[in-house]
Amino acid sequence: MEEILKISGLTKSYGDLVVLDHIDLSVKKGEVVVLVGTSGCGKSTFLRCINALEKIQDGKVLLDGEVINPAGGKLNTVRERVGMVFQSYDLFPHKTVLQNMILAPVKVKKVSKKEAEKEALALLDRVGLLTKKDSYPHQLSGGQKQRVAIVRALMMHPEVLLLDEITAALDPEMVREVLDVVVSLAKEGRTMLIVTHELSFARAVADRMIFIDGGKIVEEGAPEDFFNHPQTERLKKFLDSFTY
Amino acid sequence: MGFDVLLKGSNMLRLLTGLWVALRISLISALISIVLGVALGSLMSLKKPVITVISRIYLEFIRIMPQMVLLFLVYFGTTKALGINMSAETASVIVFSLWGTAEMSDLVRGALGGIPKIQYESSFSLGLTTFQTYFYIIIPQIIRRMLPLSINLITRMIKTTSLVMMIGIVEVLKVGQQIIEANRKSSPNAAFGIYATVFFMYFIVCYVISMLSKHLEKKWKS
Repeated sequence: MEEILKISGLTKSYGDLVVLDHIDLSVKKGEVVVLVGTSGCGKSTFLRCINALEKIQDGKVLLDGEVINPAGGKLNTVRERVGMVFQSYDLFPHKTVLQNMILAPVKVKKVSKKEAEKEALALLDRVGLLTKKDSYPHQLSGGQKQRVAIVRALMMHPEVLLLDEITAALDPEMVREVLDVVVSLAKEGRTMLIVTHELSFARAVADRMIFIDGGKIVEEGAPEDFFNHPQTERLKKFLDSFTY
Repeated sequence: MGFDVLLKGSNMLRLLTGLWVALRISLISALISIVLGVALGSLMSLKKPVITVISRIYLEFIRIMPQMVLLFLVYFGTTKALGINMSAETASVIVFSLWGTAEMSDLVRGALGGIPKIQYESSFSLGLTTFQTYFYIIIPQIIRRMLPLSINLITRMIKTTSLVMMIGIVEVLKVGQQIIEANRKSSPNAAFGIYATVFFMYFIVCYVISMLSKHLEKKWKS
């Protein structure tokens, strides 16, 4: 399959502290890549570098052959092609669910309000939140907010979707409903880069697993090998830390 | 009860004119405070050391000084020391604006700092420009957070205008005193009627304003 995202030599540092050290990664269209690692290993920073929320010191990120980081002047036109969902506080609290969803398509893509609403309602229906279209974010549960955040990102028809620990701030009983949405997106062939601590979810959804440690990709592979036959000591130790 | 004095001559009209003086000073000052406060608050949220130190000193100075001392300092002090001859009303507007700007800037700084970073980032990720992000996402949230508090500041300003009679401005309370003095012989009870009326005037104005703020707070609760 064709390559959609190519990252080469990506280096990110804060002063003398190197957070990401010459990372190379190529993602094919429709591929689901799950990144895991200890907290502070740089995996979230890596996602943020992909849509240029962070400046990088070296290397580059190519989306469909076009350089998106280091970004030129048209940062926003690049960003609308890469969707991102964060841990929490994604939704705009002063807007209803529907207004949250149609804002970017109407203001950025210049889609008509009617058309955007039609699409938004269809997406809300799909994630079971049609009845919440006129609710404000503070009236929703954490799981419902994250589902809205995901479909809001989909409204821009992103070529790549970045999910940064989207269930980390949720109560355990709400994790499932959010992950189910992600699994269904994976099934329909969305290209996704996912940072998560939910290893069983990672195993279910990933085409490829990546373990980042000390700012480098230490090990990568198909989920089966990755979880059952880790090659490096560091990955073994990391996976062990999840079992009692 | 002394309310009869109100109907003598143009006493009621005089009181209302006095009330207008008080309102005029506080509304002009509030307007200046909002503009300057938003500007200073935005500067403060940049967290540049020089700006932080200067604004900190300014804020503390205004908080520590009683408003009356500030009024005397600006009105009487500047006349002699700097040779500036300003009207008492100008002096009051300056003092109230200095006070209001200090309070507003702190409110703006707090509101800006209280907006999670992810609000900016998720807006950027959706492809909105920096301008669009501020216009559609950040500023509306700041206004919602600040409006109730700034309305509260306006009511406090209105109440504090009673001090300006100390530098010779004839506002509602001073008018009241003049009426009482003038009718000391004919209506010895005037003090109660007049002060009660002044009380209700302040009450009605401030009550209407704080109701408005309560209403907005409810409407924007999030």
